[in-house]
Amino acid sequence: MQDKLDELHMDVLKELGNIGAGNATTALSQMLNRSIMMRVPEVKVVELKDVSAILGGEENMVAGILVKISGDINGIMMYVLEYESVRIMLNILLNKNITSEDELCEMDLSALKEIGNILTGSYLTALSKLTNLTMIQSIPKLAFDMAGAILSVPAILFGKTGDSVLFIKTDFNEGDCDVVGYYILIPELQSFDKIMKSLGVV
Amino acid sequence: MINSEDIEVVKVGMADFNIVKNPGMITTLGLGSCVAVVLYDTKLKIAGMAHVMLPSSKAIKNNNNRAKFADTAISDLLSMMENEGMRRQNLIAKIAGGSQMFDFDSADDVFSVGRKNIQACKEILAEIRISIIAEDTGENYGRTVEFYTADGSFKIKSVGKPEKII
Repeated sequence: MQDKLDELHMDVLKELGNIGAGNATTALSQMLNRSIMMRVPEVKVVELKDVSAILGGEENMVAGILVKISGDINGIMMYVLEYESVRIMLNILLNKNITSEDELCEMDLSALKEIGNILTGSYLTALSKLTNLTMIQSIPKLAFDMAGAILSVPAILFGKTGDSVLFIKTDFNEGDCDVVGYYILIPELQSFDKIMKSLGVV
Repeated sequence: MINSEDIEVVKVGMADFNIVKNPGMITTLGLGSCVAVVLYDTKLKIAGMAHVMLPSSKAIKNNNNRAKFADTAISDLLSMMENEGMRRQNLIAKIAGGSQMFDFDSADDVFSVGRKNIQACKEILAEIRISIIAEDTGENYGRTVEFYTADGSFKIKSVGKPEKII
């Protein structure tokens, strides 16, 4: 078992990020029955202390959708969106016109969870197919809070293995609407080794 | 209450610690499951703050970053303060944070880290005989915290909740 991720492993995770986000776009298009475009995902390895700055500062309001992964692989996956992107996404999805002053209703929140479910699910399906490993995801949990607080969860989990976090930035657009979100995938160390082995990387 | 605009402000990041002198303010933004530990010298009015991420450096192999763990961060912060001439018997502690951001089963190891962080900080402070005179911990929301050296007040700000001073 290694103590930290080396460059080769990061490259593999990056490629998985590309494939996963591609799958997620297809899933989103099908659900909305509209053509959704995706920019090439940006995969970054970020120092823990700079994590929140990416999301507009520690106190910026974000939504975090978190699923636990079990099966052959154990870990968590989180999808994070800035509040502005949440609004745009819901407006597209539910055909609504939520403005920045509006509070989100129960229906908005469950729609958001469902989006998270689809986005994380399609990513994990891609990963599962590629590795031949079973990955079962839990029902998604949603939290709205300051970016620093939401990100403390993955930062802590990842912090057990090192001082950097892996972020996959995805940018979906539909017409003029841009939805920017971030995937954070954190497999447990043993699970990470399993993924690497099944891909013939170790 | 002193206005934060007129005084020196020291910002403590995640897995980081620092100190500030009277009349300065020391702050950390968007605390989640992490814990902010403030040590305050009531005579010299100097405060130190550590933003702790994990309970123990002993449980983890990759533990080079001492500011990340409750045990090493509090010990290093204390040394830093003692080097500045502060005396342990004049120190009091206030702590905040350690929330559970997502409502998974709290028995789950992974998601109970907030609670474990609080517990670890309390144990370490008890060991070094510094008493905790106020805390705002647990729950399921984020906190921005500001400690004012002039009067020793600890301000807690959360989204959609009234400000608290402890």
